[in-house]
Amino acid sequence: MKIVVLIKQTPDTESVIRIAEDGKSIVTDGLKWIINPYDEFALEAALRLKEKDGGTLSVLSLGPQRVVNSMITALAMGADDATIIDDPALDGADALGTATILSAAIEKIGPDIVLCGSRAIDCDQAQTGAMVAEILGWPHLPVAVAIEADQRRVTIERRIEGGTMSLRATLPALVTVGGSHSVWNPRYASLPGIIKAKKKPLAVRRLSDLGLDPAKFGLAGAKISVASLEKPPQRSAGRIVEGGDAREKARELARALHEDSGAF
Amino acid sequence: MILNEGKPVAKSVCVIAEFQRGGFRSSTFEVASEGRKIADGLGCELCAIALGAGVAERAPELGRFGVDRVFVTDEPFLEHYLAEVYVPVIADVLGRIEPAAILLPASADGKDLGASLAGRLREGLAQDCTEIVCDASGLKARRPVFGGGCDAWCKWAPGAIPIITCRPNTMDCSGPDMHRSAETIRIGVEKPRPRSEVLSVQLEGSGGVELTEASIIVSGGRGMQGAENFAMLEELAGELGAAVGASRAAVEANWRPYADQVGQTGKIVSPALYIAVGISGSIQHFAGMGSSKCIVAVNNNPEAPILGKADYAVLEDLFEFIPLLTEEVRKIRSGIA
Ligand SMILES: Cc1cc2nc3c(=O)[nH]c(=O)nc-3n(C[C@H](O)[C@H](O)[C@H](O)COP(=O)(O)OP(=O)(O)OC[C@H]3O[C@@H](n4cnc5c(N)ncnc54)[C@H](O)[C@@H]3O)c2cc1C
Ligand SMILES: Cc1cc2nc3c(=O)[nH]c(=O)nc-3n(C[C@H](O)[C@H](O)[C@H](O)COP(=O)(O)OP(=O)(O)OC[C@H]3O[C@@H](n4cnc5c(N)ncnc54)[C@H](O)[C@@H]3O)c2cc1C
Repeated sequence: MKIVVLIKQTPDTESVIRIAEDGKSIVTDGLKWIINPYDEFALEAALRLKEKDGGTLSVLSLGPQRVVNSMITALAMGADDATIIDDPALDGADALGTATILSAAIEKIGPDIVLCGSRAIDCDQAQTGAMVAEILGWPHLPVAVAIEADQRRVTIERRIEGGTMSLRATLPALVTVGGSHSVWNPRYASLPGIIKAKKKPLAVRRLSDLGLDPAKFGLAGAKISVASLEKPPQRSAGRIVEGGDAREKARELARALHEDSGAF
Repeated sequence: MILNEGKPVAKSVCVIAEFQRGGFRSSTFEVASEGRKIADGLGCELCAIALGAGVAERAPELGRFGVDRVFVTDEPFLEHYLAEVYVPVIADVLGRIEPAAILLPASADGKDLGASLAGRLREGLAQDCTEIVCDASGLKARRPVFGGGCDAWCKWAPGAIPIITCRPNTMDCSGPDMHRSAETIRIGVEKPRPRSEVLSVQLEGSGGVELTEASIIVSGGRGMQGAENFAMLEELAGELGAAVGASRAAVEANWRPYADQVGQTGKIVSPALYIAVGISGSIQHFAGMGSSKCIVAVNNNPEAPILGKADYAVLEDLFEFIPLLTEEVRKIRSGIA
């Protein structure tokens, strides 16, 4: 089976986010970059599919030079080859633009199945995967927490409000991966893995290499863009619930929630 | 937007309703209510598209929340949401009206449908928005990004159709006006032949309040010390009509299912009241609950970061405090206090 995993590099979850002077972007100096956690889950799921049935696993990312580090991590975890699409024309691309480019690159590889994160924790649009599937004309199965596949079909489980649902699609298909660390427990890159990674193929492509016209992408081609960023209202310390003992505090809290905030 | 020989004559704001197991979800009413405000702002009408099995009978209810007209497709094969089946039906209806904007609830299905629809229509989508404004330059939507580290205001290019999913509990829901009802228009469709299918659906015991839609959440963290101690939180939650959530630490310890995890790699919630019990308040946990209206923290460590960000901070041992709080809430509820 030929598998592609889409990987987005995101700021580390501990990052302190500062808004840049333009009011529309964030200060990236000093940020630590990681593989989006959901893409790590997707990669783990893909590695397990490959371990079971064989095949090849390619990772694909759209982003600047710094993405190389995340791709090497993915190769060290067990991916076979990596492709980065890096083009100055990408600045300001919306999810649809990103999905269009990723779709063109996927078509070049010609996989049976594409796995990607259900959401990227930075811009958190939770849409790129579904858009890729629409553009390719493939079925997609959303927010999987368990995945099984054979040469013809893929079956997943997904959480719905109040239960779980099991879904199946014929290949080629795209699956977005949800769940959490406790569901996937993604592996770490091993030392031998890191050494091997350096010898695996890593290609950097431009839009023109994919037969795409750079003028149609980036901010110029975007349907949606960021008008401004603002800090959400900061939470300041509220009140400390006082009382002589735990019971008095419980009584005071219940009263305050009921009478002052009308919370119940 | 009356259909005039198949040609739209005026734009309308369009809400995609979510119908499940015999009823509309409350998040759909919030979206309809918000849609009404936008339609009034733009001076156009509000229509809805409702798909489902048995939805026709209930569709007029959407009128109570401001919907003028509902396009209904009621078929047994629409019982469960599946992108490949829903998207062509909805895209077909949207093709007959001229939508000025498309709104959906940011529920599990709503977010997936919004994304698939935006992909199909090649339009721009803003997910999980907490506020929508409508001015001379068009619509703008606010959405938390970077784990709640900042909010982005998104705008659309001229001529683009804004597609927006609305985070449950964040927009004021006016209504219902029980005297209003929406006109319904039946739309017939042929059964599609998708390459994907729903194999089975397992529902858990009823009665549970859905985490993302709950207006009160009681969450437990590592401080709970064991799965059995969550019974205490269930009891408090029962008294408050609340849902029970958890931190990643509690989920990783296998005390709670991952579906209960709140945070950057869990559910994003915005209840009116969030009670964090034995949770330190990490940046990743806040990414999931920072937009709650009122936060209560119960913690026995004065250094715990959450105490500095909570509206009500209780410095107590949770094992002593929670049963007492449950008792006090019960007294108020039953009118004794
Ligand atoms: C603050 C901010 C807000 C934004 N808001 C919007 C908005 O509302 N609507 C909009 O259309 N655009 C928006 N953008 C642009 C957007 O960030 C990019 O287009 C991005 O590539 C796609 O969004 P996402 O990262 O949130 O992806 P998601 O849709 O959340 O990502 C899901 C999955 O898609 C895959 N994927 C996503 N991006 C890439 C990539 N570059 N390379 C490889 N795989 C990838 C990954 O597997 C990822 O897990 C915003 C940008 C910023 C900085
Ligand atoms: C990529 C990434 C993603 C993550 N995603 C998430 C996520 O989605 N959700 C999430 O929650 N975390 C997430 N985390 C983990 C996060 O960093 C924290 O480790 C986690 O939130 C800690 O959980 P906790 O507050 O329950 O535990 P702790 O930080 O250990 O806090 C336990 C608290 O309980 C208090 N306590 C102990 N005993 C008592 C008692 N008897 N009475 C009262 N109080 C008591 C302690 O004082 C302490 O403050 C993520 C981390 C990473 C790196």
